[in-house]
Amino acid sequence: MKEYSFYPGCSSEKMASAANMENSVHHMCEILGIKLKEIDDWNCCSASIGYAGGGQLPRMALTARNFALSQAQSPGKDVVATCAACWLALRETQERIEEEPVVKAQLDTVLKEANLTYDGHLKPRHMVEVLIEDVGWDQLKAKVKKPLKGLKVAGYVGCQTNRPFGVCGDNFEDPQYLDRMIEATGATAVPFPKKVACCGGALAFSENENACKLIKEILQSAVDNGAEAIVTPCPVCQLNVEVYQGKVNKMFNTRFNIPVLYYSQLFVLAWGGSWEQAALNQQVVPATALQRFA
Amino acid sequence: MAYNLSFARKVYKNAEMGHWIKMCMQCGVCSGSCPLGPLGAWEFGPREIFQRVRAGKEEEILGSGAMWMCTSCYNCIVRCPRGLPITHIVHGLARYAVETGKVKPTQPTARFATKVFWNNIVKTGRVGEAALSMHLYFIDGIGTGISNVLEMKDVALGMLKSKRLNPIPFRGKIKGYDGFKKMLDKAFELEKK
Repeated sequence: MKEYSFYPGCSSEKMASAANMENSVHHMCEILGIKLKEIDDWNCCSASIGYAGGGQLPRMALTARNFALSQAQSPGKDVVATCAACWLALRETQERIEEEPVVKAQLDTVLKEANLTYDGHLKPRHMVEVLIEDVGWDQLKAKVKKPLKGLKVAGYVGCQTNRPFGVCGDNFEDPQYLDRMIEATGATAVPFPKKVACCGGALAFSENENACKLIKEILQSAVDNGAEAIVTPCPVCQLNVEVYQGKVNKMFNTRFNIPVLYYSQLFVLAWGGSWEQAALNQQVVPATALQRFA
Repeated sequence: MAYNLSFARKVYKNAEMGHWIKMCMQCGVCSGSCPLGPLGAWEFGPREIFQRVRAGKEEEILGSGAMWMCTSCYNCIVRCPRGLPITHIVHGLARYAVETGKVKPTQPTARFATKVFWNNIVKTGRVGEAALSMHLYFIDGIGTGISNVLEMKDVALGMLKSKRLNPIPFRGKIKGYDGFKKMLDKAFELEKK
């Protein structure tokens, strides 16, 4: 059984906004025979707006603590994140530790305050990288028991799983991996011009109307291209595009009611998992279009 | 716009990634790639911000809402033909506006990011989503708070029903909280130097 160190992040906690991702990822990994060993006592990465409250060092200190805990608890194991912002924080901090000796030295001093050390050699990974690089496309297809044949899905990659680091060498403007994942379940990936558009991210809190304008464009593009569901790897994309449909409908006099799911939910369902194992009972907009495969 | 590097020199030295502004050739790909541009949400895009930094417009830039419209989508960073870390420069300027006290106290994203979000993390070590939302909705007092909650009621009910929102808005601290807090204090101390 392949084992990874796992950094779930705040939104994947029990009864948090991405509990549907966490539950489905858990079952997805169970089916694949992957063990995720959660970093005990991890802390928040400060996400995409942490820069305002903390400068670069406080921000990177948060992530350095997670690396240090991971190194102590699962020496040498890759650190896997499912959340886009968590993964980004890991990647950015790791890159700067490797390339900027001053940053490394400062973080060593900071970590000492908590009696922690990090030698700087862990590899941060996104769960989709584990699926593509370690499990492989053949396995992802071979696991299918209930092909999601005829299901039309818009693959919504969004921002932070794509930019600035990218996944598996895919390009930034029209990445292919998510469409390939959709097709691997037997479903059809529809053309989706808003594939890498921004949902507004954390600005859905502070600039809600602007975020809703962006969300409307994403929903419109999916529906116009015949999608019955939107699938994404990002917990902020999933949340924003799903839960603000009511607000968007009020603002624009539209009638959007389209489920927004995680890639892990599609896989679990196609691999023979139950509705609950795929956490499809945890959607705000019901995943009605998938009921025919349950 | 005439060059006046008095402000730019401070930015090069004190703002995270600020020195990269020297390299900007004013092509405007960043501004053209910003998702908030077509919405008319900002008065200056990154290109305009950088040129105003080089023109010495200190008060205008640090008091502006422009940097606070960044969604961290990283479009600008991957498209910049000179490879400048545009997103990080914009974040650095936003942080510099906070540090220098020039940010407008009513700027919605600045207020959310510093007063609500950062404090939420520092209190326990992890985000508590329910407390985060309630703090934000009631930030201007009970009256607007109630109307904010009413507006968000359907979303909140949907989240509760799908077991994606904890009805208890309080959470405990992480086990290693003391060390966590000491680390952050030290990081802020080093950063000040």
